[in-house]
Amino acid sequence: MTGGSDAPEVVAGSASEDYEAVIGLEIHVQLSTKTKMFCGCRLSFGDEPNTHTCPICLGHPGVLPVPNRRAVEFGLLIAAALDCEVAPRSIFHRKNYFYPDNPKAYQISQFDIPLASNGRLNEVRIHRAHLEEDAAKMIHVGTSGRIQGSDESLVDFNRAGTPLVEIVTEPDLQSGAQVREWGQLLRATIKQLGVSDVNMEEGSLRCDANVSIRPTGSSELGTKTEMKNMNSFRYLERGVEAEIERQKQILSSGGRVVQETLHFDPSSGELHSLRSKEESHDYRYLPEPDLVPLVPTPEMLEAATESLPELPASRASRYRDELGISEGATQLLSFETKWAEFFEGVLTHDESIEPRVAANWVTGEFAGELRRQGDQDLSDSKVTPDSLGSLILMVADGRVSHSSGKSVLELMVADGADPQQVVEEQGLEQISDSGELEKIVEAVIEGNPKPAEQVRSGNEKAIGALVGAVMKETRGRADGGEVNRLLRKHLDL
Amino acid sequence: MIEREQVLHVARLSRLKLSDEEVAAIQGDLSSILDHVDRLSEIDIEGVEPTTHVVPLENVLRDDSPRPSLERDVSLSQAPDPSDGAFRVPSPQAEA
Amino acid sequence: MTESDLTAATAAATTGLIASGEVSREEVLEAWIQRASGDDLNAYLCRVSAEQAVKGTEGADGPLAGMPIAIKDIFCTAGVPTTAASKILDGYLPPYDATAVRKVAAAGMPMLGKTNMDEFAMGSSNENSAFGPVLNPWDRSRVPGGSSGGSAAAVAGGLAPWALGTDTGGSIRQPAALCGIVGLKPTYGSISRYGMIAFASSLDQCGPITHDVTDAALLLGVLEGKDEMDSTSVGIEGGISSPSAENLSGLVFGVPADLIDDGVEPGVRSVFEATLEKIVALGGKIEEIALPHADHGISAYYVLAPAEASTNLSRYDGVRYGNRAPCNGLVDMYEETRSEGFGPEVKRRIMLGTYALSSGYYDAYYGRAQRVRSMIVRDFNSAFSKVDFVVTPTSPSVAFGLGEKTEDPWTMYLNDLFTVPMSLAGIPAISIPAGLSAPTGGGPDLPVGFQIAAPAFQEQRLLEAAFALEGAIGFDETPERTK
Ligand SMILES: [Mg+2]
Ligand SMILES: [Zn+2]
Repeated sequence: MTGGSDAPEVVAGSASEDYEAVIGLEIHVQLSTKTKMFCGCRLSFGDEPNTHTCPICLGHPGVLPVPNRRAVEFGLLIAAALDCEVAPRSIFHRKNYFYPDNPKAYQISQFDIPLASNGRLNEVRIHRAHLEEDAAKMIHVGTSGRIQGSDESLVDFNRAGTPLVEIVTEPDLQSGAQVREWGQLLRATIKQLGVSDVNMEEGSLRCDANVSIRPTGSSELGTKTEMKNMNSFRYLERGVEAEIERQKQILSSGGRVVQETLHFDPSSGELHSLRSKEESHDYRYLPEPDLVPLVPTPEMLEAATESLPELPASRASRYRDELGISEGATQLLSFETKWAEFFEGVLTHDESIEPRVAANWVTGEFAGELRRQGDQDLSDSKVTPDSLGSLILMVADGRVSHSSGKSVLELMVADGADPQQVVEEQGLEQISDSGELEKIVEAVIEGNPKPAEQVRSGNEKAIGALVGAVMKETRGRADGGEVNRLLRKHLDL
Repeated sequence: MIEREQVLHVARLSRLKLSDEEVAAIQGDLSSILDHVDRLSEIDIEGVEPTTHVVPLENVLRDDSPRPSLERDVSLSQAPDPSDGAFRVPSPQAEA
Repeated sequence: MTESDLTAATAAATTGLIASGEVSREEVLEAWIQRASGDDLNAYLCRVSAEQAVKGTEGADGPLAGMPIAIKDIFCTAGVPTTAASKILDGYLPPYDATAVRKVAAAGMPMLGKTNMDEFAMGSSNENSAFGPVLNPWDRSRVPGGSSGGSAAAVAGGLAPWALGTDTGGSIRQPAALCGIVGLKPTYGSISRYGMIAFASSLDQCGPITHDVTDAALLLGVLEGKDEMDSTSVGIEGGISSPSAENLSGLVFGVPADLIDDGVEPGVRSVFEATLEKIVALGGKIEEIALPHADHGISAYYVLAPAEASTNLSRYDGVRYGNRAPCNGLVDMYEETRSEGFGPEVKRRIMLGTYALSSGYYDAYYGRAQRVRSMIVRDFNSAFSKVDFVVTPTSPSVAFGLGEKTEDPWTMYLNDLFTVPMSLAGIPAISIPAGLSAPTGGGPDLPVGFQIAAPAFQEQRLLEAAFALEGAIGFDETPERTK
């Protein structure tokens, strides 16, 4: 039997591992301009309802839209960051549907000629990116949780007309985890551009996922369902996984997937079906006669590409491929600009510092210490790239043992202490004179006859206890390798 | 001739509730108007660009500088059903 | 000087009297408020007090300061009822002024009131007003034309010195013709549309309705200009000055013979031909031209205009302003509110436009009509490469009787046969009174309008030609005034 008009033939009862998921995303990004897309009202979040409205964004009779230049520039910036082709001449359309959050009963959007198309961000192709205006906010009165059971709604037009860029990907994703990771990369990328707050809780970044499955290897697309507007990528990941499972169940039990819009409830892990805005989806698009075509000038296009910062994706590959930094460290460093800047500050402290080592200190010991000491934010930490750099250097050339280095870092994070000073004052210099170390080793063997005996009688593991004792004696100032060598020598192994 | 069903569908799209008399009248009117309009198909429009604007303008944009919004009570002064500083409507979810 | 003398004069003449100090602004306003209060044509939907009238005009002292004006009820006026002659906006008080309204106020012109019209400007007889038809001052059993019927009747009937109208397919020119006065539709984009309630956005244009060409030029001079609130506005380069041409020597007037071949009343035709002779007498040249696609104008127009109207009128939903019908549930709110609020012609056009845009029909109707529009634009371009102006009768007939054409929509639509092509091309066109003629069915002699169209933004040349011709025609008939 078949799973919906455009679905491939599937054999009833085929096991779920015979299916693969095909996922595309639609992301709405609220631009952080000063004013709305087509009127001079200020953008706001969380202000008193309907305090940022005017005849234009309320859709009064006779008003006309005039596009916000900055919003267009932000759109071109996103287009450049996503490697899109910019349309030499794009136009706005009216998308008609009746809904209380849609003041003119049409949304000014773009249709057959979007601002940008044919882009890519890492492994995912961008189908298109276009400019449009946001809808108003509706509060459904007398409701618990979501929308069921309310009998009236209050409309707040503060958000109506907020500039949006809608980004539509090709169906290039295959799993919830990939959706989460790529989504986070996209968010980091747009954040880096400084064109949006990309705050999913506040709705300045909203992501819908179109999910379908098909027999592994098949080239046709199955019937897709749309998962609406999750307020975190982790929830979206879970929702997508749940939906993939649901569809596998349906198809393997011989059923057919119905095209619908779903909401995933993270608390219950359940999927609810949502009613659509206009029962018949006939938006009656027509070219917006109140607006003239958008023809990006060479100056506008240059401005966009020139103001493009190094983006997370390219930074990540540079760290990985050129600096040989581990995957784990790369994530934090390339997605979070302030961490990247701190890390590169450490490298510039002294060119002899090894990037891989520095990356591990920054994302490992240092980040961990910040967390331990009251979840400090990097930007208010007293530790500077230079001070951490000089500590790393001391450890690297053996002046300080790695374990002492950690205790020095603890003090640095606590009160911004200067590592050089701490090392001198507390005499943490590593014992390099092996004569002195040898005496301590002999004393430890004297004082711990039991483990010493065990080692001699072949239980090499027992040597750990002796190493620990030596380290205790030397307050960690001894080099581990050297201690081992001396112990083995005196236990005549 | 346009079908009664089409009239009802278009009325739904237009959010118009039409009486049976209105449906019949509009079905007749639209049919005869469209008969005249269909003469347009006699014209060869091969390769002709559509006209949306007669004035050749492009890139008419506004600076991103705020203008004063309306006082809230002014915004709400024309509302048929204002409530708590907002515009009240029957809830879409109450629809059976 | 008596009130009747004062209100019989043109606006230009009266402003002269104000300037010379012969009369005060207050006297002029009082005289006109008196006249307007005697409205027995249903020309006004709302009249305002003297205090209200002068709001925003204080301190202005341009040449037109103190000259009152009537404003079509399609323009938003802050705090003054604005309905577009629709029940759905009954009681609506706009929170802002249309740009055109601000401009006349800034020129010091008091607003006498808001004039009646066809609902949302959809009509050619003013019978589609939710607040009753307007009567033609020449014969009260007849229509004044539409959609700016209230403005035209008010000016012709001596209830206003001049008025603002709007024209989408003939809504200024046709009522001006049927009422024996002057109506000018400027080039699309020369006057801001901001605050003008939209009917068909790519066609709507504001313009003056006046007693003579000089007044039309004066008012256009005040109204034209680029407006940052209207992305599609450009204004008229060099502005507008008072016309003074005395002859038409060297100018060529094109007559689209095929277009005006059929459907023109004999009386209208003879006035038209007599006017062509006057053009020749003034040194002008008449040439036959072809506008091969102009006769498809009505068909294209009745796809494009309703389609744009169907989306422009979707905002009337009873949520943010206007009236909401008693209802249960959201969909019911939309349907009850709109079904109760809109009249039959508006519903008809919303249905027609929605159908033309609905999935599967866009290319066959809207897309095709937009291309036919392009061809009509071409027709005019090639015509204007040979001639300076294109002339036609403004309307195929003189004023017809109330209820005479309400049976079949298409018959009514054909009133715009000669005015729609210019609207589609976006070019300026003026209608001036050219004489009187009895209707085919018999009846009193009624005004016949003569339409002159020019290339885009050539309003000044258009006004000069119209001025010269106006002088040669010497039309000085006026309908009898009621006391
Ligand atoms: Mg969208
Ligand atoms: Zn606004």
